[in-house]
Amino acid sequence: MKQEQVKAEHKIILNWITKDAAVLDLGCGDGKLLALLINERQVRAQGIELDENSIHRCVAQGLSVFQQDIDTGLSEYADNSFDYVILNQTLQQVKKPDFALKEALRVGKKVIVSFPNFVQASARFQIFFKGRVPVTKALPYEWYDTPNLHFLGIADFKDYCKKRNIRIEKSAFIRKNNIVKLFPNLFAEMGLFVCSKQISS
Amino acid sequence: MEEHHFATVNKLENSGKQTFTFANPPAELILESGEKLGPITLAYETFGELNPQKSNAILVLHALTGDAHAAGPNGWWESLIGSGKGLDTDKYFVICANVIGGCRGSTGPSSVNPKTGKPYGTDFPLISIGDMVNAQVRLIDHLGIQKLLSVIGGSMGGMQALQWMVSHPERIRSAIPIATTLKHTPQQIAFNEVGRQAIMADPNWKKGHYYGSTIPAKGLAVARMIGHITYMSDASMAEKFGRRLKEDKEPFKFSAEFEVEGYLRYRGDNFVKRFDANSYLYITKAIDYFNILNGKNLASIFAGLKAKVLVISFKSDWLYPSYQSQEIVKACKLAGVDTTYCEISSTYGHDAFLLETEQETQLINHFLKTASNGHNGGAQ
Repeated sequence: MKQEQVKAEHKIILNWITKDAAVLDLGCGDGKLLALLINERQVRAQGIELDENSIHRCVAQGLSVFQQDIDTGLSEYADNSFDYVILNQTLQQVKKPDFALKEALRVGKKVIVSFPNFVQASARFQIFFKGRVPVTKALPYEWYDTPNLHFLGIADFKDYCKKRNIRIEKSAFIRKNNIVKLFPNLFAEMGLFVCSKQISS
Repeated sequence: MEEHHFATVNKLENSGKQTFTFANPPAELILESGEKLGPITLAYETFGELNPQKSNAILVLHALTGDAHAAGPNGWWESLIGSGKGLDTDKYFVICANVIGGCRGSTGPSSVNPKTGKPYGTDFPLISIGDMVNAQVRLIDHLGIQKLLSVIGGSMGGMQALQWMVSHPERIRSAIPIATTLKHTPQQIAFNEVGRQAIMADPNWKKGHYYGSTIPAKGLAVARMIGHITYMSDASMAEKFGRRLKEDKEPFKFSAEFEVEGYLRYRGDNFVKRFDANSYLYITKAIDYFNILNGKNLASIFAGLKAKVLVISFKSDWLYPSYQSQEIVKACKLAGVDTTYCEISSTYGHDAFLLETEQETQLINHFLKTASNGHNGGAQ
């Protein structure tokens, strides 16, 4: 089998997921992450994706996927019906991220969230010195063609979790496929988090 | 891993039309209505070869006016079934049988009633989608197949696939219901009723006992015309006909002037040559009574189903709109059934399930590969 280059964020997510887990990937795209999790962790996987071409690519890899808009909710799933719900590069693209995350936390015991850090250094630089909405490697879109509807930074997400009583169990930050250890809100291109419901103690 | 296909002479192994007769009195088939029917003959065809383990059989389920000749020259799903196609007959053993109540070789209202020696006509008992499937189970038993790799069909064929999932879940490893619904809606019933009224208003119908005399051709043709309108879409009709006028119009005020009129008349007139008016009445009734929920709630209908399911709908299908397929998907989710759903972009309307075979091929081919490997993707 040809060894494909595994993306850094996929490696991180893979390390967070346990063997034989039940996984729901919201906005699973072409299904590469799910296929990796099945191969490496033998997970029971289900994807949800809106784009028809991506659905075809998922089916070609033998994945089970629903063509569905995440914004319509996950009402068919009972509480805690998955070990992990994944929102990999999805949260910033849905209409109602607050609702999506709430639903994800309801149906999943743990939720893995990743998103591009909109306030990293080069973006700040472009705004401050160029006076332009930033276009970077991690955020390659122009203002008129971006699928991203919400713009958040790592610190914003942490504030949000505090406000909503969401516990952040683990986190990781990436810049150019490398792990960022220092000042992630300034340097990281992407943030990844394992979240769960705060159990009141 | 890559598979290499060496060029071989890909000949479609077609059994030709075969028949299987069962339910001989006094062991008649008990219908869902409680009435008995027997003997019953099913006309069927097979394509490809059954493997020694008998694990590669796929049952194809036809729609309202279809028949057993699904593949090969002039087969109604020829573009999907055959060597190297979506249902690859080099790999799979494909079976298709005419439904009971039909008129293409299986027992229906035009068959001879053994009790009277004359065609049943409207003495034929009312049949249901469940009865059609129960008859298919007998055929599968007869062929010595314990478990089908898949059941697949569009429209009424999809209803039969759903019925298999509910009534005989242990006999299938996967199911592919296409452009279909869990229950017929008032709008769908209404179109069928207009078709039935057209047939019954034809003076030649004679309460269904027209065999041996003039058939209610006009009524049946009108029923078919209505059907065809519902199978197309606004866009597909505009593209196919526009407002173009026919070239060979007759000197009469209400002759077919527009191309679309000519097309519908042609389709209607051709249909009566191959279809029986009473079968149209019985089968549309079976479709209208179809309600797989039958008083049960959505969460329980597919409970415990182990089969993998692929649900397909089409964007422009207004006769069986996507929301109805999404209801099927919802029921599968509630039951924790391993399901894939895709809404294919198409402008062909309901007919898309017969025409968009390139898209369907992609999905079905890979889905069946996963279903026959018996795992949930990923690993090669």
